[in-house]
This record gives sequence, structure tokens and C-alpha cells, in this order.
Amino acid sequence: MNMKLTTLALGAVMAAGPVMADLVFPSLSYRTGPYAAGGIPFADGYADYFTLVNERDGGIGGVKARLIECETGYNTEKGVECYESTKGEGALVYQPLSTGITYQLIPKTAADGIPLHTMGYGRTSAANGKVFGNVFNYPANYWDGASGIINYLLDENGGDLKGKKIALVYHNSAYGKEPIRTLEELAAKHGFELTALPVDHPGQEQKSQWLQIRRERPDFVMMWGWGVMNQVAIQEAANIRFPMENFIGVWWSGAEHDVLSAGAAADGYKAVTFHNVGRDFPVFDDMQKYVVDAGKAAGAGDQIGNVLYNRGMYAAMLAVEAAKTAQEIHGTADITPAMMRDGMEALEMPEARMSALGMPYFGPSFNVSCENHGGPGLVGVTQWDAESKTWSLVTDFQQTDGDVIKPLIEADSASYASENNIEPRCN
Amino acid sequence: MFYREAGDFKVSYEQDSQTFPIKFDRYRYYLVLLIAFLVIPFTINDYWASAILLPFLIYSIAAIGLNILVGYAGQVSLGTGGFMAVGAYACYKLMTAFPEVSMFVHVMLAGGITALVCVLFGLPSLRIKGFYLAVATLAAQFFLVWVFNRVPWFYNYSASGQINAPERDVFGIVITGPNAPAWATYLFCLIFLTICAVIARNLTRGTVGRSWMAIRDMDIAAEIIGVNPLKAKLTAFAVSGFFIGISGALFFALYLGAVEVGEAFGITKSFQVLFMVIIGGLGSIFGSFAGAAFLVLLPVILKVVGVDVLGWPTDIVAHFQLVIVGALIVLFLIVEPHGLAQLWRVAKEKLRLWPFPH
Repeated sequence: MNMKLTTLALGAVMAAGPVMADLVFPSLSYRTGPYAAGGIPFADGYADYFTLVNERDGGIGGVKARLIECETGYNTEKGVECYESTKGEGALVYQPLSTGITYQLIPKTAADGIPLHTMGYGRTSAANGKVFGNVFNYPANYWDGASGIINYLLDENGGDLKGKKIALVYHNSAYGKEPIRTLEELAAKHGFELTALPVDHPGQEQKSQWLQIRRERPDFVMMWGWGVMNQVAIQEAANIRFPMENFIGVWWSGAEHDVLSAGAAADGYKAVTFHNVGRDFPVFDDMQKYVVDAGKAAGAGDQIGNVLYNRGMYAAMLAVEAAKTAQEIHGTADITPAMMRDGMEALEMPEARMSALGMPYFGPSFNVSCENHGGPGLVGVTQWDAESKTWSLVTDFQQTDGDVIKPLIEADSASYASENNIEPRCN
Repeated sequence: MFYREAGDFKVSYEQDSQTFPIKFDRYRYYLVLLIAFLVIPFTINDYWASAILLPFLIYSIAAIGLNILVGYAGQVSLGTGGFMAVGAYACYKLMTAFPEVSMFVHVMLAGGITALVCVLFGLPSLRIKGFYLAVATLAAQFFLVWVFNRVPWFYNYSASGQINAPERDVFGIVITGPNAPAWATYLFCLIFLTICAVIARNLTRGTVGRSWMAIRDMDIAAEIIGVNPLKAKLTAFAVSGFFIGISGALFFALYLGAVEVGEAFGITKSFQVLFMVIIGGLGSIFGSFAGAAFLVLLPVILKVVGVDVLGWPTDIVAHFQLVIVGALIVLFLIVEPHGLAQLWRVAKEKLRLWPFPH
């Protein structure tokens, strides 16, 4: 029954594969379409890390990892097709890198018992493991991002944002709307004034939004953008001479390709992040030796060390470590999606473990638990230096405002649970 | 040889005016129905349902709806995506407000609501024509998407602005949500498609359809011979809206399950359905099916051949898809401007004479 179209229509092409089962990691990537600029480095990083693990360590616990790449073009319909065509291959975890596709996959993966890891995107309230048993969004989610930006601004302004005006330029989609609720709460708590300015897909047209910013002169501008929208926004900000150091993006609005096109004018632009940036990690030596020099790098191989490449690599690293944890828990190297889920839930990522992997201080230290699938929500801030064309981390990974975020997560996940008749777990 | 009228005697007007006057055609049609209803449900799996058959069935309904408006009544519409969104959001509001009511009722009502909205946006068609009407319907597209993004009531005040289909059943069989079996969702859509196609076929060859075609061919002449343009145009908008609404409701509730209006029902959707109608053949029910099949299946086939068989990188295949689909569309329109339906018609004519053409 579960025969794929391939096998049905065109014969057993895949039959030549190895007898020993692989650990299958699908990569729902997008190397085409309006969001490809962000999709390519992430997909390359994700693929290269699995190649590295296979080449250097001989796989995960002795079993090779197999990456199946499927092009979604950031389109939900193609995302469904990709999900259905890969899930039969024994997919261990899905990371679709699209909030729209995530919303679609949350119920589907729950029904099929496959874990879903939406690192820094997707449905924020999935952090509540009591309701979302198989969805994980560690180490940080959108609301951590929103709170992280506000915390940073608080620090910069001596702990007081009263009477300040803060504008939010956001992608008019589920993704961009996610932080608004948290920001409204934070605005009430800290007494700043929030203006939300939606930008429609794909985001090339932002003249009116920036005109409004020019007129209202907000003290700070936040951005929840993706794809071409980021470049346009930074260019527009430069055009109205908005001070770049007062312009902060979420982690999806803070990569090299977002700022490069604005040239020197983008100098000082900031973005929050949940992982470190740059190439200054021992893991990149291995990457060079086993993957790049061996000619096995994914894509064009020109993205190594970029912000989003690091993020894709970080996502793959967390998946590999979760698989190792699952192998330890269940005492078998050949894990199933259900075992992988247990591994993700028991994942511990202390500093020592990251250092051992050649990625010291690459991300925050965190533990996942049955109740908390979102991690502690530690968020840092990076800044762009147009001179040297590099991002650098300007703050440590710092705690976000759990007092505001936790009740919101509880409320939103409770409404999901009641809509779908979900009994809370972890009791 | 076997495909001809010889020996197939018609002894009544009913027989003479049936949809498939040639016996071979008729049996082929029964066979297709038989396979669709009695064979596929037993062999279907998740991949075939969600990736191929559901989109094909749903886009076919949308294409039939648009074909009535564009192909039969000659009113160019670029608002299909917006109207599908109306169907989807109507279905969502009904599903969440009346959970105990059967999905059949919800989908039909969603179609009805879309028909009303469609008539509303069709009113300008009485004064404006051709390209100008296209622009007016384009406005409908953007306005509707904007409304569904803007007014939180439509998405039940959810934080993300997305709508998610809750689990609903028909006669105790779950047909929406992730636990719905593939055969149930498939059959549900197939039943709607069959009903829509039969209704459309019978409407288009009756009085109403003739008045639509009269308006399409020359509206002044039609008015002179007694066709009421108000009635003809608005019925075309209503029927078209009804079908498109049904397809939108199914698209959201059964196929995607979670929808974000700008992404799922944007202007690209309008163009996609319009391409289906144009490639399939304007003014042909069969053309709607052919167009939908062409645009749904071709990308999947190209992907399977490129990625799974040839092992090419996914991005190269995705770019090739655009090139090949685009080239084929141009090629088809050059070789046969009346679409796949006309190719089929010509093939049938040839078959009737084969193997002894004069």
C-alpha cells in the first residue's frame, strides 16, 4: 500500500540501495522562489553536517544518515507533496523551515507519529510539550525573539522604554503575525507604543510603510521579515536615513544577503539570534577536510560560515545529537520516529557537549523536558559590520521574559488542545 | 473501426441528445466512473490522495466553475483565488460554528455563500467588458484576500491568522483533519466533482447555457433576440461562484487542512486556474478536467523523473519544471489554441474515420 509513485510507475530504482537501514532525515528545502536566498544556505548547512557525520564518524552510532531533499519553494501545496512522498521512507524528523508548512504538518505529524522540529519558527505555543507531544521548537521561539529584542532595548535605554515609539515591520503572514500578541503585552508592561506595519508577500513593495515610519519617527524599528523583504526593508531604511543601530530584525532578518545589497548604509544593523555566527569554530576545519575538500559539499558550496548556513548546521547537529540520545535510551542504533521523539524530548545540550563537537558556545546551553519543548529561550544579539562584511555577536545569550511568554504559551496551547480534544501529557 | 456511430441507432430524442452519443464513448465513461468509484478507493494511499488525486479533483471543480464564467459566458475573471478563499473561510466558519452538522451541508453552504459574493462582484460586468472586467475581478481578488487577512472574525481571532480545519465527519467517517483515511477524503471530493460536472454539463447545453453562449458570442445580438443580459451574466457568476466556492472549501478542509489566505489563495491561484481553463479548452467540461490534470500532474511527474529517477539536484529540477511547463503551455497554445479539449475532439474525429479516411 505504501508504494511510492516512483516504484509504481517506473520500477524499483531505489532497490539498489544498501541493505542496512539508514537513518532518514528529510530536508524540505527551498532553493527556488522568492525565499530561496534564505533557503539555500540553510539547506546546504543542514546537508553538509549530515555528510560530515557520515564521512568523519561513519554515521550516527554506526548507522549512516541519509538525507532526502525535497524542493518546496516555500509553497504549502508542494510541502504537502514532499511530506507525503518522504514519510514512507522512515523519516525521523521534519524541519520544513516554513511557518506555513509547519502549521500544516503539526496535525499530520501527530497522526503519523513523526517528530517535527521547528527551530525558531512555526507555532510558538508548541513549546508546551504537554499539548504538543511531537513538536519541538528549542532552543528559542518567536516570542523569545520579541522579548529578546525588547530586553536588549531596555538594556540600551537604562531599563526604561516608557513613552518610546517602536514600530514593527512584519511579513503579512502567520509568520509575521506571531510576535504581535507578545509585543502588545510587552508594550503594556514597559509602557512603549507599538505600531505594527504589515508588508505583503513577497515584500518588494514597502514604500508606504517606510513613509509612515518617516512620518511617525519611531525610536526603534523591529522587523519580522524573510526573503527579499529583508533587503528591501534595509534599503528603504537606509533611504530615509533611519539610524541602523536602532533597527533590529528577528533571526530570519539577519543574514549576509539581507544586508549586503545596501552596502555601507547597512552598517550597524542588528538582529537577534539563538546561535553563534562566523567560521571561527573547530567544526569548520573538519567540514573543510571531510566535506568541502572531498567535493561533497551541498549546493554550490559557497555558503559555508554564513549565518543561515550555521543555522542549518546547528539544526542538523541538534537532530544528530537527539538521534544519539534516542539510541542510548532505547539501546538500538536503528531508531524509529517514535524513538527519535523520545530522544528529542530527553536532549541535553550543555556547553561541554558542544565543545566536544567542535562547536564551543555555538548556541545556548539548554535541556528539553516533557513539559518544555522550547528550551529556556536564551537569545543573543548580532550586529553587522559593513566594513569587514561580518556579523558578530554583541551580547551573550540572555534570558527572555518568561513571565510574559509562559502565560501566552499556556493560553494558546490550551485553545489548541480544546479545539482538537488533546489530553495533556506529562502528568 | 470500433469508434463510430454505425449500427448505433437512436430511436428517441433523449438518446439523440445524450452527452455521449457514441456507444464506445459512453462505455468508456462508465468504465472511468467505475474505476474512480469502485477501484481507486480500495487501492489509494496517502501519497496518491494528498499529492495527486485530491488536488486534481479539487482543481477540476474550480476549473469547471471558471470555465462556465470565462469559457461559456465570456466574462473574464481573475478573482478565482479570492472566490476560493470565500469558500474556504465560509466552510471554516460553518465548521467551527456548527460542528455537529454534516460536512456535505457545510461544503454546499460554502458554495452558496461564494455564489452570493461572486454575484456581488459580478454586478459591474453589466457595464464593463473584456479587459476592464478582468481588472474589476482582479480588484475582487485583492480585496477579498485583504479582508480575510484584516478582519480577525474570519479566522476566529487566532494569533497567527491561519485557519485550521478541525476534525469533522460524514456519517461517522472522519473526512477532515489528519486522521481522515485517504479513501474517504478522495471519495468525498469525487462525489462533489461528479455532481458538479453533471450539473455543469446539463446547464451548459440547456436554455441557461445557450443564453450564456449567446452573450459570449455577441451580447448586443443576444439582447436583440431576447436574452436578458442581467439574468444571463449574473446566473453565470452565481453558478461559477458556487463551484469555485465548493472547490475552495474542499481545498482548505480536505486537502491542505491549514490555510493562510495570502499564500494559498493569492493571485497566483487565480492565474493557475485560468491557465487550466485556457490549456484545457475554453467552453468545454472535458477541457476543465484535462487542464487540471495537466497542471497538477506534470510538475509531479517531472519531479519524480528528475529527482527520484535521474537523481538530479532538487533546485535544478524545480527550475526545469518551470521551463518545461512554460514551454509546453506555449507549444500547446501554438499547435492548438483551443486547448487540450480540441486536440481530443480532433483525435475523435480522426478515430471515427480510421482506418479508412477518405
